Amino acid sequence: MNAANHQSVRVEVRSLRKSFGDQEVLHGVSFNVEPGEIFVLMGPSGSGKSVLLKHIIGLEEPDAGEILIEGQPAHSAAVRDKFRMAMVFQSGALLNSLTVGENVGLYLAEHQLKSPAEIDRVVAEKLELVGLKGAEQKIPGELSGGMKKRVAIARALVIEPQLILYDEPTSELDPLMAITIGEEILSLKARTRATSIVVTHDRDLAFGVADRVALIAEGNILLVGTPAEVKKSTHPLIQKFLTADFKPKQEPT
Amino acid sequence: MIFRDLGQLLILFWRTLQALPLLWRHRRKVAEQFFEIGNASLLMVCILSLFIGGVLALETGPVMVERGLSNFLGGIVGLAVCRQLAPALMAVLIAGRIGSAMAAEIGSMAVYQEIDALRTMNINPTHYLVLPRLVAISIALPMLLIFADLVGWLGGAMVCATNQQIAIGFNSFFTNLREVVEVQDIVHGLIKSFAFAIAIGTVSCHQGLKTIGGPRGIGRSVTKAVVNSIIMILVLDYFLTHLLVQLEK
Repeated sequence: MNAANHQSVRVEVRSLRKSFGDQEVLHGVSFNVEPGEIFVLMGPSGSGKSVLLKHIIGLEEPDAGEILIEGQPAHSAAVRDKFRMAMVFQSGALLNSLTVGENVGLYLAEHQLKSPAEIDRVVAEKLELVGLKGAEQKIPGELSGGMKKRVAIARALVIEPQLILYDEPTSELDPLMAITIGEEILSLKARTRATSIVVTHDRDLAFGVADRVALIAEGNILLVGTPAEVKKSTHPLIQKFLTADFKPKQEPT
Repeated sequence: MIFRDLGQLLILFWRTLQALPLLWRHRRKVAEQFFEIGNASLLMVCILSLFIGGVLALETGPVMVERGLSNFLGGIVGLAVCRQLAPALMAVLIAGRIGSAMAAEIGSMAVYQEIDALRTMNINPTHYLVLPRLVAISIALPMLLIFADLVGWLGGAMVCATNQQIAIGFNSFFTNLREVVEVQDIVHGLIKSFAFAIAIGTVSCHQGLKTIGGPRGIGRSVTKAVVNSIIMILVLDYFLTHLLVQLEK
């Protein structure tokens, strides 16, 4: 597994529908993600972004429609065996019973891909890449939100993924840390040429890293385009989302 | 609802059985779970079984002495402890102590997306979480039962020796126990205990894996794991006893 044998994958989402109980959260969503691009799914909270991401990584099965990874259904075991995929969860989703080092090396250890000494070396290398050199023996409970996310990114890096999904990578982070995470997403793409899908409602991150952006609201894709095309859109919901800003109400004098 | 849960339990158990060839790969996790179960339970098992044997001797002793059957007391206590009381009560104890911990730990992992993270890494949660726990508890509970039998007999003997209404010495208690209790009686208890361990492990892991809804969901799963395990233990106890008694004839 090295950069040379990295082949990024194409993702196709076709007429995807998903309901939880009576509530339909995805109403026939369709889009394609080209190999090697950073595709950002942007939209307000509760618009179905994270559910969509879970379908792409195979954690949820669609009620109707399909998701294809290089032409094969995303939730099939064959896809998981054939393609290396990783997801950076909003909370980090580190295993609390393991140390940081064990978390980062988990994929290699469980699939017995390298010897323990080599795993230690890879773990140290990936932790250094995300600015957490020497954090191997810490436990997740000792880390801040930003550190947990960076450990989660290191854990994803170890897989050397062909497809990497980020769920709200900058939520709960301060602006400086959010910039670091954005830079990490870009440098990861440059290093591995992996296809990246980023779910976020952070406009700065979306326009900073995206090759293309999809706007999603209430389970529908409103628009797919380059950041420049999205910014030019006259769709009222998109404009509202892109220009919303906090302005304190004036107290009557 | 009950049939759906039972179906899911059987599927989980079957998938765990299918994963048995991977056991060597998970040996470290099995050992960790095994020592955790042992460390957490051994003292409680000893205390509980000491009193089980003691109470049994206290309840039956005076009546038997009164009817001139004091020579059989060692055998009665020995049989009751190793065939029925120790297997069932130790299983209930382990369901409360270990089953609840399993359901809480796996439930917490489910709620905080740790299990989703395993799946995205193509790590099967049944292999990673359920297999080591089920194997560890299946070894640990029968081993704890051997301690429980020995300490339970000791408890019965101590009460018989110290209670003035009974007044049977250690020697005559254990002589009678050795005459009556056979290896197959101990094996009878061990078979039951092995089955109870599988029930506790499967029920607890199943409840943990299907946990949803945050801390309240974890609490609900723990309660269900313990209650369902105890129900399973008692139902299995009846049918296993029936089956084993038939086989012994």
